[in-house]
Amino acid sequence: MNDYEKIERRAAKRKRAVRIITIILLSVWALIVLFPFYWMVLSSIKSYSSYNSERIPKFIAEAPTFKNYVSAFTEVPLAKYFVNTLIFTVITTALMLVVTVLAAFAFARLDFRGKNVVFALFLALMMIPNELVIITNFQTITNLGMRNTFHGLILPSVTSVFYIYLLKENFESIPDELYKAAKVDGTSDLKYLLKVMIPISRPTLVTITILKVIECWNSYVWPRLITDDRARFLVSNGIQEIRENGFGRENIPAMMAAVVVISVPLIVLFLVFRKKIMEGVSRGGTKG
Amino acid sequence: MKKNGLKAWLYLLPSLIFLGFFMVYPLVDVLIYSLEEGYNSASQTFTGVGLYNYAYVLRDPYFMQAVKNTFILVMITVPVSTGLALLISLGLSSIGKLRELYQTIYFLPYVTNTLAVGLVFMILFKKTPYTDGMVNLLIGLFGGRSVDFIEGPYWAKMFVLSFYTVWIVLPFKILILTSALASVKKDYYSAARIDGASGFKIFTRITVPMISPMIFYLIITGFIGAFKAYSDSVALFGTNLNAAGMNTIVGYIYDMLYGDSGGYPSYASAAALILFAIVFTITVINLLISRKKVNA
Repeated sequence: MNDYEKIERRAAKRKRAVRIITIILLSVWALIVLFPFYWMVLSSIKSYSSYNSERIPKFIAEAPTFKNYVSAFTEVPLAKYFVNTLIFTVITTALMLVVTVLAAFAFARLDFRGKNVVFALFLALMMIPNELVIITNFQTITNLGMRNTFHGLILPSVTSVFYIYLLKENFESIPDELYKAAKVDGTSDLKYLLKVMIPISRPTLVTITILKVIECWNSYVWPRLITDDRARFLVSNGIQEIRENGFGRENIPAMMAAVVVISVPLIVLFLVFRKKIMEGVSRGGTKG
Repeated sequence: MKKNGLKAWLYLLPSLIFLGFFMVYPLVDVLIYSLEEGYNSASQTFTGVGLYNYAYVLRDPYFMQAVKNTFILVMITVPVSTGLALLISLGLSSIGKLRELYQTIYFLPYVTNTLAVGLVFMILFKKTPYTDGMVNLLIGLFGGRSVDFIEGPYWAKMFVLSFYTVWIVLPFKILILTSALASVKKDYYSAARIDGASGFKIFTRITVPMISPMIFYLIITGFIGAFKAYSDSVALFGTNLNAAGMNTIVGYIYDMLYGDSGGYPSYASAAALILFAIVFTITVINLLISRKKVNA
């Protein structure tokens, strides 16, 4: 019995040790993830002169200042980039929702000749990489004279076949009986879609909205190709512009203030909708 | 059945217009572009039809540099990020209460702007006349020599790029693997433990086979994603990637299309199709291997 207890105790001890080591290793990675965020906030509240006089960077700001945030909004058109991105994100996401809901409804509830073929073609399009179609889109938008316009930015960014697929699956899970009952009552398809299907599918709609907002907020490649007028830059291009021609001098604290301003909206969105975002991404996100 | 045929097409119309105009037509067009020789953007004329564009791209040293960079990046980041994600997910599934907090922290890079945070990485790694930078300070602490990771030797730059890429792609992989691990039935583990299986044996004989479909899914999407690397490199080294020697295939495509050396949609199209062929081949190989290894 004594031996048995000893073995038990040793096993428990070992278990605890493994647990502690695991937590330490996980914490190391957590630090690596968090450190850049800490560093950008830290650098953004150091004054220009104190930042540049620190040969060995200090881990705290001795005289925190918010002047850099003022510079970020006054010396470079950060507010403009911000508003542009907001307009781009809101309109693109709204259009995407309309297009997606209508298409998903047609696939889920209406019967028509060639439905399966069309749906298969839609699915096939999911495998087409953006790089293949972006070249022609660039030429199209340029030839239409839509460079540096919101039309040019928004129109090619609207459709996401994957979201149509996701929503169609969701719509199909709504019992047929509801649809038949509504038909008997003489409800039109459109009314049924608006009054019954959309409210029931709200969680999925919220998920795809959030995913699209993240995608829009971070989009860089298309805006870079299609805008060269600073008045139409989105935040990603804006930050690149600030980096390359920025504040007239290598003003890193002010750059970091701009980086913080750009990063905060999505981080707040994430902290508020944490569960929804993670669930949505595991169902259909890519990136990387 | 055909009763609401017309109505259905009406509902589909917006998506058909968008997809037709911005996906199907471009897909055909990119093939045509890649075969038109001597295409002139301004006059929209070309001199002949053939494979010259492909030959040009394949002989362009900038393209070969981009291919080399991309392959190195893929070979480093896909195994490292998948392995690291597996280790972290295993760790997460064993720590209980703290799990949610750590999961939230680990997910943060997913919702950050690649360009913006890339700037922070650049500052952490960069060596300037004023300071050696944070990372070099750490290296100094361990007695190493400082390196300029942003404008210095090739492998230093490749290291930062790989590091940043892994930092960015990990959240997605951790998320997928933690949910895969959570779905493995507890009974299997209990049964194995009763049979006296060691922790390592449980891992290789139960955990890995159970989640292997998800691991392969991550490897396949990881390859595809890594071959399309571009923004991370811009974020670290600026828009002139050829000068930095850190261009990627996708970067080459965009430079050909628009940029200092731009205005050549034909070369861009040829390069895009070459990239597509590479990614397609690798995906097929991956699928063949996974079919053999995964018993789904």
